[in-house]
Amino acid sequence: MKHRITIDPITRLEGHGKIEIFLDKEGAVENVYFQVPELRGFEKFCEGRAVEELSQIVTKICGVCPGCHHMASGKATDAVFGVTPPPTALKLRELFYMSHFVHSHIAHFYALAAPDFVVGPDAPPGERNILGVIGKVGLEIGGEVIKQRKIAQEIQALLGGHQTHVVMNIPGGVRKGLTIDQRDDIAKKAEGFIEFAKFSLKIFDDVVLANEKYVDIILNGPYSLDLYSMGLVDENNHVNFYDGKVRVVDQEGQEHCKYSPDEYIEFVSERVEPWSYLKFPYLKKIGWKGFVDGKDSGVYHATPLSRLNAADGMATPLAQEQYERMYKVLGGKPVHNTLAMHWARLVELLYSAERCLELATDPQITGKELRAKIDKNNITGEGVGTVEAQRGTLTHHYWTDEKGIVKKANIIVGTTNNNAAICMSLKKAAEGLIEKGKEPDHAILNMIEMAFRAYDPCFSCATHRLPGDMPMIVNIRNYNKDIIHTVKRD
Amino acid sequence: MDKENKEKLKLAVYWGAACGGCCVSVLDVHEKLLDIVAAADLVFWPIALDVKYADVQKMPEGHIDVCLFNGAIRNSENELMAVMLRQKSKIMVAYGACAQMGGIPGLGNFHDRKSIFDRVYKDSESTENAEGITPQPKYDVKEGRLDIPAFYNDVKTLRDVVCVDYFIPGCPPQSERLLEVFMAISSGAELPSKESVLGALDKSQCDECKRKKTDNKKVDRFYRPWEIEDDGETCFLEQGVVCMGPATRGGCGVRCIEGNAPCRGCYGPPPDVTDPGAKMMSAIATMIDSNDEEEITEIMASIDDIAGTFYRFSLPSSILRRKLMPEVVEVD
Amino acid sequence: MANFEPKIVAFLCNWCSYTGADLAGTSRMKYAHNIRIIRVMCSGRVDPTFVLKSLREGADGVLICGCHPGDCHYHEGNYKCLRRYEFIKQYLTEMGIDKKRIRLDWISASEGKQFAELADAMTEQVAELGPCRVRSIMENVT
Repeated sequence: MKHRITIDPITRLEGHGKIEIFLDKEGAVENVYFQVPELRGFEKFCEGRAVEELSQIVTKICGVCPGCHHMASGKATDAVFGVTPPPTALKLRELFYMSHFVHSHIAHFYALAAPDFVVGPDAPPGERNILGVIGKVGLEIGGEVIKQRKIAQEIQALLGGHQTHVVMNIPGGVRKGLTIDQRDDIAKKAEGFIEFAKFSLKIFDDVVLANEKYVDIILNGPYSLDLYSMGLVDENNHVNFYDGKVRVVDQEGQEHCKYSPDEYIEFVSERVEPWSYLKFPYLKKIGWKGFVDGKDSGVYHATPLSRLNAADGMATPLAQEQYERMYKVLGGKPVHNTLAMHWARLVELLYSAERCLELATDPQITGKELRAKIDKNNITGEGVGTVEAQRGTLTHHYWTDEKGIVKKANIIVGTTNNNAAICMSLKKAAEGLIEKGKEPDHAILNMIEMAFRAYDPCFSCATHRLPGDMPMIVNIRNYNKDIIHTVKRD
Repeated sequence: MDKENKEKLKLAVYWGAACGGCCVSVLDVHEKLLDIVAAADLVFWPIALDVKYADVQKMPEGHIDVCLFNGAIRNSENELMAVMLRQKSKIMVAYGACAQMGGIPGLGNFHDRKSIFDRVYKDSESTENAEGITPQPKYDVKEGRLDIPAFYNDVKTLRDVVCVDYFIPGCPPQSERLLEVFMAISSGAELPSKESVLGALDKSQCDECKRKKTDNKKVDRFYRPWEIEDDGETCFLEQGVVCMGPATRGGCGVRCIEGNAPCRGCYGPPPDVTDPGAKMMSAIATMIDSNDEEEITEIMASIDDIAGTFYRFSLPSSILRRKLMPEVVEVD
Repeated sequence: MANFEPKIVAFLCNWCSYTGADLAGTSRMKYAHNIRIIRVMCSGRVDPTFVLKSLREGADGVLICGCHPGDCHYHEGNYKCLRRYEFIKQYLTEMGIDKKRIRLDWISASEGKQFAELADAMTEQVAELGPCRVRSIMENVT
């Protein structure tokens, strides 16, 4: 009799998804399918719109990382018009963007990641949430998380008008500048971000790295995949979120390719499966060999960890120290342990904070030249904009007519890069954790979820209170879809 | 979850074809979230809680006091959950522009399922799909049958599939407005009549907008936002830039205009207006400074993408609802 | 299309075009019966909503008539209508609806014959286009 475990919907992340775990007759995991049941069709309905409007339409792809789509779109739009924004505009954009990263990485770590580590992956379900984290590290932290996130959001609103669906970009630059007072205020806040980032890393040190059991889970748990790593790097091969070239390194850390964003079609292809609405990107030159890892498989990941793997270092000093330390502790570069993504995310948080301060103390940031002039006759009609979203390399590609009205759009989204990797991580976790013939209990189910959560598929919740338990019902159905057993966690 | 605590409102937040921005807007009440959590138990919220569909199915009728349903109805799962949550909820709120009017996903109504699938899965330049595979609602793999929701040909609003008690507009709703509405509900204040719009002002954006306005709104041509040097102070329409302010309800704090971008209508129609796009066409037509047919046509040509601009958020709820495709596509 | 009788809604302004149509009637002029007349005080009253709603409710075509330019009883109303009409045509085209389904024309109070000819011409034009699918599509949202 075949068994099947369905988890629907997957929860505590942005978007819709479900997991189907198939067990064979002996009750061992036969296969795992991660299905994305949603599609809205942005790549189609952007056609016919004025290209500059896209920057405000594509933010609605995701309400958690709208700034990422806004930036990629703005860059693509600049390229369509054949212009480069003046330095002040670029710095304002990057300042917004670093703030966006600060808010997102803080929220993810504290509400999604920390419970599994700070409290423990097999701790009682009632404690495996932000309350449990606060119980371990102190009440101030919860309030501080909300506060820092709020401050980052406020900076976004100041620079971008609309706090969530930002309207900052206009072809050739940005719509609004900064006054000196505003700049100084942001600089002070950025100092607060740096302190908080350092503090978060310290929590990771004290609670995770000091605990042998957790280190064992990170290093030896069923979460490793030997994948190619992708990330944007600047001219020094340092991690950069806003601009640079796309670099991919192999399982040993050797550079597989490094390309300018507008060459992406030669390097990345997308595959379609009939059981999911989300496509599966892979490295074109290596090819699709199935849901397998290793050097001969084109599956790659684009995550905080892959970004650090693909780069030679961080562009800011404190983050560079932490970068070196992380690789030292984890035994060298590159690192393939999926759960190390959480650590990498904190290193990025520190970098974002430091970069915020750098930009907020740059005298050019209060410049008055906010836009490059657009000459309608110079329109190129095509543009690619690539940035690093919090959860992966994001590419927007537009084609327009001579008036700048969109004819076609192609978009590869951050999390999409990781679609195949997520499927494989889930399968590996399920295989490693579900014992043959034994019904998985609450701890097992949670540890399977951890495989997914590491990729930060978008959302996090700096809420004051999650329900103590993580209620879950797992129905085990026989081949006729009758429920033969239910595992409950209330 | 305090199952025994009868004084707390049971609150559910769910998403159809959504982006997550409305869920973010709930969190963006920041520390006031404490006030919400003090007054309400969150009983279903996939982005934040691990409550599954099976748990919702088991809830008795009317178990949920208030359900904030955001996102449009794009596929069969969205509709199924809308119907299920309607049954389990005393008050069903269409939260955000997508649930109220279709929102940005509503732009899909310029196309149909086939043309969307063709672009996304076959014609996309980075996609390798020689076999022409497209997602199937039911598909057999060697281990068993997999299913995913059926993608509808048309985007619908929440009201198209269930009775809606209230609308809270915005993309997303401004968090301060949500807080006001929530406090009103939880304090037991008398709520307005059914199908009212909550959490928004009674006048249009222009009333809140701080830009300088005069009586002279005649223009001899229209400009795309990057064609002008916006002075940051003058009404966009008077500068010749299309701004949906006159046909859009106030309440968002004019956040886009504060960012120096013209309004695009996410807060929905002002009171007593069903089709804001048509009203905007009427208003803009009044601005054209010409009585000569040829000249008028020329001025009109300076506006691109009328349907996509004036119906940016409201296409599925508009009078025409969708673009007519050359052929009618059969649903599987 | 044989045997197809289009339904055409006509918004006629009180002072000129409605009176002109009335003259056609009292003069016993024959013209296509497909026209359903709605009297408005001025063509400037015609909101794009009226046109869209007509199509949504099942009209195959919409005719708008006003006073000749310069003769509007309210001075500028017909010019406002003209501007809105241009918008509606462009919008309908973007929505996949043939803009020949709507028409704006000027009919004075004494132009009964012209109204009859216009009614026939409009009916023929819309008949050639076939039934407007707006209503049936809207009722069968898939």
